[in-house]
Amino acid sequence: MATAASENPKTRLRDLGLDREDAVQMYRDMLVTRGIEERGHILFRQGKIPGSFYTGRGNEGAAVGVSFASKPQDHLGPLQRDMGVHIQRGLEPWRVFAQYMGRVGGPTKGRDGNVHIGDIKLGIVGMVSHLPAMLPVGVGLALSYKIKGERDRCAFAWSGDGASARGDFHEGVNMAAVRKLPVVFIMDNNQWAYSTPGNLGYNTEHPSDRAKGYGIENVVVDGTDALAVYEAVAAAREKAVNGGGPTIVECVTLRMEGHAVHDDASYVPKEDFETWAAKDPIERTRRFLLDSGMTEDEDEEIRSGVKRFLVEQLEKAEASPEPDPSTAATGVYASPEELDTPHH
Amino acid sequence: MAVMTYLQAISEGLRDEMRRDERVFILGEDVGQYGGAFKVTAGLQEEFGEWRVLDTPLSETAIVGAATGAALGGMRPVAEMQFADFVSCAWDHLTTVSAKQYYRMGTPIPMVVRLPCGGGFSGGPFHSQMYDGYFAHVPGLKVVLPATPEDAKGMMIEAIRDPNPVLFFEHKNLYRRIKGEVPEGNYSTPFGKARVAREGADITIIAWSAMVHTATDAAEQLAKEGIDVEVLDMRTISPLDFDAIATSVTKTSKCIVLYEDTRTGGFGAEISARIMEELFETLDGPVKRVATLDSPIPFSPVLEKVVLPQVEDVITAVRELSAY
Repeated sequence: MATAASENPKTRLRDLGLDREDAVQMYRDMLVTRGIEERGHILFRQGKIPGSFYTGRGNEGAAVGVSFASKPQDHLGPLQRDMGVHIQRGLEPWRVFAQYMGRVGGPTKGRDGNVHIGDIKLGIVGMVSHLPAMLPVGVGLALSYKIKGERDRCAFAWSGDGASARGDFHEGVNMAAVRKLPVVFIMDNNQWAYSTPGNLGYNTEHPSDRAKGYGIENVVVDGTDALAVYEAVAAAREKAVNGGGPTIVECVTLRMEGHAVHDDASYVPKEDFETWAAKDPIERTRRFLLDSGMTEDEDEEIRSGVKRFLVEQLEKAEASPEPDPSTAATGVYASPEELDTPHH
Repeated sequence: MAVMTYLQAISEGLRDEMRRDERVFILGEDVGQYGGAFKVTAGLQEEFGEWRVLDTPLSETAIVGAATGAALGGMRPVAEMQFADFVSCAWDHLTTVSAKQYYRMGTPIPMVVRLPCGGGFSGGPFHSQMYDGYFAHVPGLKVVLPATPEDAKGMMIEAIRDPNPVLFFEHKNLYRRIKGEVPEGNYSTPFGKARVAREGADITIIAWSAMVHTATDAAEQLAKEGIDVEVLDMRTISPLDFDAIATSVTKTSKCIVLYEDTRTGGFGAEISARIMEELFETLDGPVKRVATLDSPIPFSPVLEKVVLPQVEDVITAVRELSAY
């Protein structure tokens, strides 16, 4: 696996072109991400979340690391383990809580649920359940940049280790490779496709090794190391926007909870959970920051600040009204005046 | 006005709109250098370049998925399925992503999928199908089916300008068979407004796409028997101009729905049901359906003729209904 060039905290950030504020911001985004999903569990148990509930525990570092390497003008199509992308791009947590609860304050106004979130103003395309259907959509976004001659714009299109077995993945990656489009393919490899282990999903060492079949490169990175993810993705982005074609960046993690709230993940060996818990992405970033000069007091201030922030955000979400029943079957078709509003 | 074929009219609509709006681009298999399997896009790559008339790999899923993404990216994609039949490979993207993105996320998806459709020339089970009913059933998609060259051009321009995913069914059996006057310049034909293709007083035939011609051919023969048939060309089935149906059926009091999709569950069944619900009091006979038999489309000309609605089938149905 690719690791960062330097293990020394101070030089490592410098080598990546980041400063300590950036690392603190990543840490904070990861804390907010986990905090949202932990509170989501509570809301679900309280009966406030209809339907099901999904989290990305263990993937916070990969999601935030990828998103940090994107630029404001980019589009991203994250999936159900990538709440960190939404948070890093600026989605306010109260809108996520409102989405969970089906309230009008959520990005889909109660029309869709759980992690089917997207706000095009933040450059995020809302995912669908048919994974990885958003991957060819990302290819189309990259195609739009190419046709318009937008040179520093890149699309980020996700799949998982499981979803990479579907035709959408192969057709999308192939088309982007043939045309050397400015897109980076992110593969969340959390080792389990619902209850199906990787060895029943692909016959290569790494699922991203299929890149060779499309004549493109893949990079396998430790997804619990947000900085390593950032480094790999920033390099892939640079290559993509300079005409070098797409790269598959595979972020290896372990899905630390079940597929969704109903699933206890009893099929995952306990020792695997223990091994990966020791590599927890948030704790890893915290230790990195402490090694690079953050004090325990500063850490406490960040953590308590996130807690206070999320309490306020949850209150705001609970105040968000239920959708108006009379709107249920409206807004199925767009009207022409909605078309020419610039997205972002 | 110039006289041109249905195929030429589609090409002209594409070319006009690409000249007017640089966001419009075409993607599909063999559309560029080769000009498309039916030559609808012939000459366009020479004029607009390799990237605006983009040859893709054989990947219907990626073609439609990329069209959705390009629409989100501010473009006006026109995706070609080489045959309408192959849209089955892109079903997921149309019904799951394109159709629902606006309802869920509030982001319009202005895209067109061109679908060379229909039978009548021994295309067999995989090059002859009429998939209109499947898609008209999906909220969020528009389904449009021009029957004349004038409409083919105007509806192509309208489809490109529409802020929603539009499935443009162009009938292969009309491509070179049907010629007509086409206005010069850039005009668009609004969706959801049916056209009276032939005025009549006795019986209404509701049809669209190639079946409009089958209906008018039958009507000309029936006129000799003293039966005055009105033919309504729906032009689009999603949106559906039910007001036009109501006006015509109220006038004639008898109607036949003629459609090329297979009979059971085809869109004509929906129209028939709605007439029963809303126009029952105006009817002087049962709403009849003439449609493709519930069978795959066979290859042999002898068999295909049995399965697809023919002028004679329409004449028989009209006579029966007339005598009711």
